[in-house]
Amino acid sequence: MNKTCLNNQHIKLNGKMVDFGGWDMPLNYGSQIDEHHFVRNDAGMFDVSHMCIIDIKGDSSQEFIRFLIANDVKKLTFKGQALYSCMLNENGGVIDDLIVYYLEDGFYRLVVNAGTTRKDLEWISKQSEKFDIAINHRQDLAMIAVQGPNAIPKTYQAIPGTEEICKDLKPFSAVSIGSLFIARTGYTGEDGFEIILPEKSAEFTWKMLLDAGVKPCGLGARDTLRLEAGMSLYGSEMNESISPLECNLSWTVDLNDADRNFIGKKAIEELRSAGIKYKVSGLILNDKGVIRDHQKVITADGEGEVTSGSFSPSIGKSIALARLPIKSSGECNIEVRNKSLSAKIVKPPFVRNGKILV
Amino acid sequence: MSDIRDDRQYTKTHEWVMDNGDGTFTLGITDHAQELLGDMVFVELPSSGDQISAESEFCVVESVKAASGVYAPSDLEVVEVNESLEDEPELVNSSCYDDGWLVKFKSNDLGELINSEEYQEVVDSE
Repeated sequence: MNKTCLNNQHIKLNGKMVDFGGWDMPLNYGSQIDEHHFVRNDAGMFDVSHMCIIDIKGDSSQEFIRFLIANDVKKLTFKGQALYSCMLNENGGVIDDLIVYYLEDGFYRLVVNAGTTRKDLEWISKQSEKFDIAINHRQDLAMIAVQGPNAIPKTYQAIPGTEEICKDLKPFSAVSIGSLFIARTGYTGEDGFEIILPEKSAEFTWKMLLDAGVKPCGLGARDTLRLEAGMSLYGSEMNESISPLECNLSWTVDLNDADRNFIGKKAIEELRSAGIKYKVSGLILNDKGVIRDHQKVITADGEGEVTSGSFSPSIGKSIALARLPIKSSGECNIEVRNKSLSAKIVKPPFVRNGKILV
Repeated sequence: MSDIRDDRQYTKTHEWVMDNGDGTFTLGITDHAQELLGDMVFVELPSSGDQISAESEFCVVESVKAASGVYAPSDLEVVEVNESLEDEPELVNSSCYDDGWLVKFKSNDLGELINSEEYQEVVDSE
């Protein structure tokens, strides 16, 4: 199994270690529910060094990335600005979802999922053949996500000098100082930073964050947080046979520039003309119980399937994301462990910035 | 290292049974079981008076991760259930042998229970 440079810290902090896509990662350090609440109310941090950072450099880098992904990086105008996008195959299916940062002219940084790293690197390399660019898989970098209403002040406290460079940082943008790269992004629905830094600095930085009162949080909390925030998980809400149009990610497909060709564009246009039949909706279980992945959902407009089911610590009920017929609304039934339980169809997100929205 | 108490008996399916000395027994799940399941969010309990047959699933403990059945060690009659678990399912995690007990019951024959040493072997073999 692969280990991140913070593995010793996880063991030291009593992390319950699990195999996550070939990586030895902490599921929790005790109670995933406590960790979840701490992120919503204070500041928690996640070792996300297993994710893959790919730097793309060269005069043609913008041209290449505009071809590679469905969102359009041409609209990134100031240094450090970022966007979220899907990377599609020729059928319009999602190969991965990712964040891309415009660092400066001729230099973009992609952050892609851990589980799809090998596939993504092979794909990107293949697609880059006609472009004069350099692809650098930054295995020398680690990443720590600090999230919560107190994440930013505690980061300033833990890492002297960051307040100065980050005080004007807008959401979904990043700033770098030397090899420290701080992005105001996250996967929890709270404010905070995702800090990319050299592996050799990671353990010290983690300890300083601990010292500043940031709580270590594991993958269990990460999943309940992102689900409450209505955020998709690759492999659950989308995969290679599902287009962004069918999983509420139409907003990440930019068709404004008719002259821009990107991989999957033709398929997307055809899907749009044919009409989209499914959407991803939120579900809240009315009673006790926990909705699980792949359970059948029965609506007045037809059947659907749970894509991500779990428990919402903030709401105290089970929630889920599900693929449903596009017109579904109101109440539905979910087949949970041989019982038909009633649930409400809602528009995600469920929780944002600590507030319950549904 | 999971906690295994000497003052009670166990089943191979990770329940513990304590003789209350007054004709009733108390049952819960072990530290090993609660650790594997993670944070509990719901506990489904039977009702007082229910007659349960041996080896049937008569409670369900549900964590964020998964739901798990709890099995009757023998034919039994439920006399009391732990009402606190309605609002505080996390007691099963924090105090599985004490405040996180599930049910109290009466039974004529407890069937095949094992002692703490034998249960340790069950845990070690998993």
